[in-house]
Amino acid sequence: MPVIRGIVSPAMSILGTRVVRTEDPVFLTRGATYTDDLTDERLTGALHLTLVRSPLAHAKITSIDTEAAKAAPGVVAVYTGADLDLEPALLFPAANKAMLRPFLATDTVRYVGEAVAAVLTEEHWQGEDAADLVEIDYDPLEAVIDLKKALSDEVLLFPEAGTNSVTSMHLGKDDPGDEFFADCEVVITREITNQRVAAAPLESRAASAYWGDDGRCTIFCSTQNAQSARDEVAGWMGMDAKNLRLILPDVGGGFGAKIGADPEFALVAAFSKMAGRPVRWNESRSENMTGMVQGRAQLQTITIGGDRDGKVKAYRLDVIQDAGAYPRLGVVLPMFTRMMASGTYDIPKVWSTAQVVATTTTSTAAYRGAGRPEATQAIERAMDLFADEIGMDPAEIRKINVIKPEQFPFTTKGGAEYDSGEYAKAIDLALEASDYTGLRAEQEARRKRGDAVQLGIGVSSYVEITGGGAFVENATVEVHADGTVTVLTGTSPHGQGHATAWAMLASDELGIPIDKITVIHGDTDLIPKGAGTMGSRSLQTGGVAVHNAAAELVDLAKQRAADLLEANVDDLEIDKETASVVVKGVPGSKSVPLAELAAAEELKVFHEWDGKKPTFPFGAHVAVVEVDVESGKATVERIWAVDDAGPILNPLIFDGQRHGGIAQGIAQALLEEVVFDPDGQPLTATFADYGIPSAAELPSFDLVTMETPTPVNPMGYKGIGEAGTIGSCPAVQNAVIDAVSHLGVSHIDMPLTPVRVWTAIDAAQKEASK
Amino acid sequence: MKVEITVNGERTSADVEPRTLLAHYLRDNVGLKATNIGCDTTSCGACTVLVDGESVKSCTVLAVQTDQQAVTTMEGLEGASEGNPAHAVTAAFRQEHGLQCGFCTPGMVMAAISLIEEDPDLDEKAVREGLEGNLCRCTGYHNIVRAVLVAAGKDPDAAQQAEAKSGSRSMAPGFSTGEAGA
Repeated sequence: MPVIRGIVSPAMSILGTRVVRTEDPVFLTRGATYTDDLTDERLTGALHLTLVRSPLAHAKITSIDTEAAKAAPGVVAVYTGADLDLEPALLFPAANKAMLRPFLATDTVRYVGEAVAAVLTEEHWQGEDAADLVEIDYDPLEAVIDLKKALSDEVLLFPEAGTNSVTSMHLGKDDPGDEFFADCEVVITREITNQRVAAAPLESRAASAYWGDDGRCTIFCSTQNAQSARDEVAGWMGMDAKNLRLILPDVGGGFGAKIGADPEFALVAAFSKMAGRPVRWNESRSENMTGMVQGRAQLQTITIGGDRDGKVKAYRLDVIQDAGAYPRLGVVLPMFTRMMASGTYDIPKVWSTAQVVATTTTSTAAYRGAGRPEATQAIERAMDLFADEIGMDPAEIRKINVIKPEQFPFTTKGGAEYDSGEYAKAIDLALEASDYTGLRAEQEARRKRGDAVQLGIGVSSYVEITGGGAFVENATVEVHADGTVTVLTGTSPHGQGHATAWAMLASDELGIPIDKITVIHGDTDLIPKGAGTMGSRSLQTGGVAVHNAAAELVDLAKQRAADLLEANVDDLEIDKETASVVVKGVPGSKSVPLAELAAAEELKVFHEWDGKKPTFPFGAHVAVVEVDVESGKATVERIWAVDDAGPILNPLIFDGQRHGGIAQGIAQALLEEVVFDPDGQPLTATFADYGIPSAAELPSFDLVTMETPTPVNPMGYKGIGEAGTIGSCPAVQNAVIDAVSHLGVSHIDMPLTPVRVWTAIDAAQKEASK
Repeated sequence: MKVEITVNGERTSADVEPRTLLAHYLRDNVGLKATNIGCDTTSCGACTVLVDGESVKSCTVLAVQTDQQAVTTMEGLEGASEGNPAHAVTAAFRQEHGLQCGFCTPGMVMAAISLIEEDPDLDEKAVREGLEGNLCRCTGYHNIVRAVLVAAGKDPDAAQQAEAKSGSRSMAPGFSTGEAGA
């Protein structure tokens, strides 16, 4: 599939070219160094922390007996909540103030996997043995799993809160009621589930801590943002953030679930202080599958109305968000969902509400897209339901309703200010690349023949928000006397290739090759400020900061060189072949290398960039699936992805982000779901039970690229980290339903497993034969 | 229990708890940290190494079971000691961007080496099925598959196009094939 690129970067610039990563030689030889790999001497003699976790979803703790565990081999200490000097914390400021999380549960446990006691041992394996010897008696309480039942407040997680409601948005206030759809010829309403999924980065959570003689604590940990994680931990521990240093080794994936600090980070630091020795913690996968925050988990009611000519006139989205037991970042998901509710469409009337409710389950938070995939899934299902009802092609109805290029900047009813976009063009490119007409003909032929294997074609049109909520990032660029460069960044890569990408941006300004540029991140002593890496923000925040810092460094170099070259600053420029300041238009004239200027005086610039606004990447995906109507099994055959995130810095990394995103979208559509039974027992708490796809379940992906710049930053960059997931998931869900729509099926909730698809077909056929 | 294991050509030995897994032996006793542990159910394959040339999930093997055998980890591949990914597979992973966060990479690389060894005439489908036991959460496998094809001497573009047109993804074995009335 040829890649269509709208903008060709100027000749000679490294920007826009395919550059293999500078990270990789280490990653492919001795391997990356993750938190659990550290052999740092400051961790010499570290104790290993093993947490004793609740086997029940909701229970009163009646007694804890640690005596047997204390006597076990290698055990140095066993701690319970009574030993801890950490006050229960509100993990998200906008949540109900009574929903405090204890660092070790003392009275009540509220989800399976909640930490109740801690064992510190000389060796890691001794901890597993000793943890089994901690005897905890529980008096079971009723679990709260169903969201509507949770909202009924029949069983309360926090009796002192008086409600399970964490917060609500726009609920009841000026509700327009049925009048909202009064002028529509067709109105369809449906409840759909955007199921809970696990981010499941391959590196699970890990942290290590030691206290220096100066009273400062250093925590090595796996997170997406060292600086805010530092502030969170400092707040929990009641200490000055200046006395806390976070150092990030390599981080093995995050996908949103490693945003900020986990309470365990504070436990590691607290136990290190109590035991007087360094402490290491690295959770097992089974612990991770209940302990790490999970994503999505929305119950949505969509209502769409419009006319039979295809014009959508009103759309309403009512969300119930599962916060899990202790509200965390999951609270903000419906905020983004509401903001992005109307997607790429110009709908005259849009209304949305949200309720966030606590349940006796693992806390929810961000997962690749964080609120935007939920919005896209809802509106893209709604568009298909509407198209199906009026008998119009799903691609056609989208093109009728999308916002037109001349309408930008476009402020949505949800309050989002879309910066730039060509939504219909993206749809057209996807249709053309996939031979949509040919696919429809093949589908028709199979339907006529009554084939057992039917073809489904799913279309999605999406817009998403990147860099939402935090727009400031900083970079320091320093040229050294030996001609090398150090870049300090506030971003926090965990697979995104910032070491390569930021070096490219600096190199493009300085003329110093990328192999001489070292990018450093994730040490809060070296880089005290930083927003980190989440919400697909890094290029438009941190990348632009690096670009600007390097450009300022060039200005500084020119000022210093002006005297030496006896020239006016305005007549000077950087010769990128030699990384020297030269006089413009005078070949062979005197020049001063940047390295020489650095030898004379520190040549270093700190730049803080405030983009002030988010950006809005967009695109369209077409998915083709085959569904065996006899077994219900769906297989993704092809997926064509048109993704536009502005100019592309490095197509290698850009496309890699899309591939990973597309895979996670397909995975949610077809395979993945975190399941709790009615008692709150997790049924998907290992990789043997949870459906992460392997290579065998996925096809290769066909990518088509557009590059529409944003006016929000000087480079025109938008983010690409989450777009693939946001586009692919609805395309695949729509495709599977499309494959069986002629059998009377109009909707199937994700994940579209064989049993769900088969059951939907069976139900539709029984309904038809009535 | 005393074990003697040749790791990346060097003789190693230690007195280990009988339950010590090979993965822990490599990481904790030998100090080679490339081999990662990503799960506790033998599902993810991040710990894959070669034992006497065959790929093995080192979290599923006791160290004592590999006594007197030869283990190869990513650190033992060509160029690795100099920090140069010179082996055909590691070089291809770099060229094709077959890694992002790097956590699955050492296991994926070792599984790929074994796969190419077993079947030099790989196509896309064979690569995908051959790597079924190794999970990656970052790449969506697209570029991993390409890297393995390149390392096996194949043209990844041609292989991916052939696979897309073949319809061979249509249904796993045992499912009906799409003919009318099947």
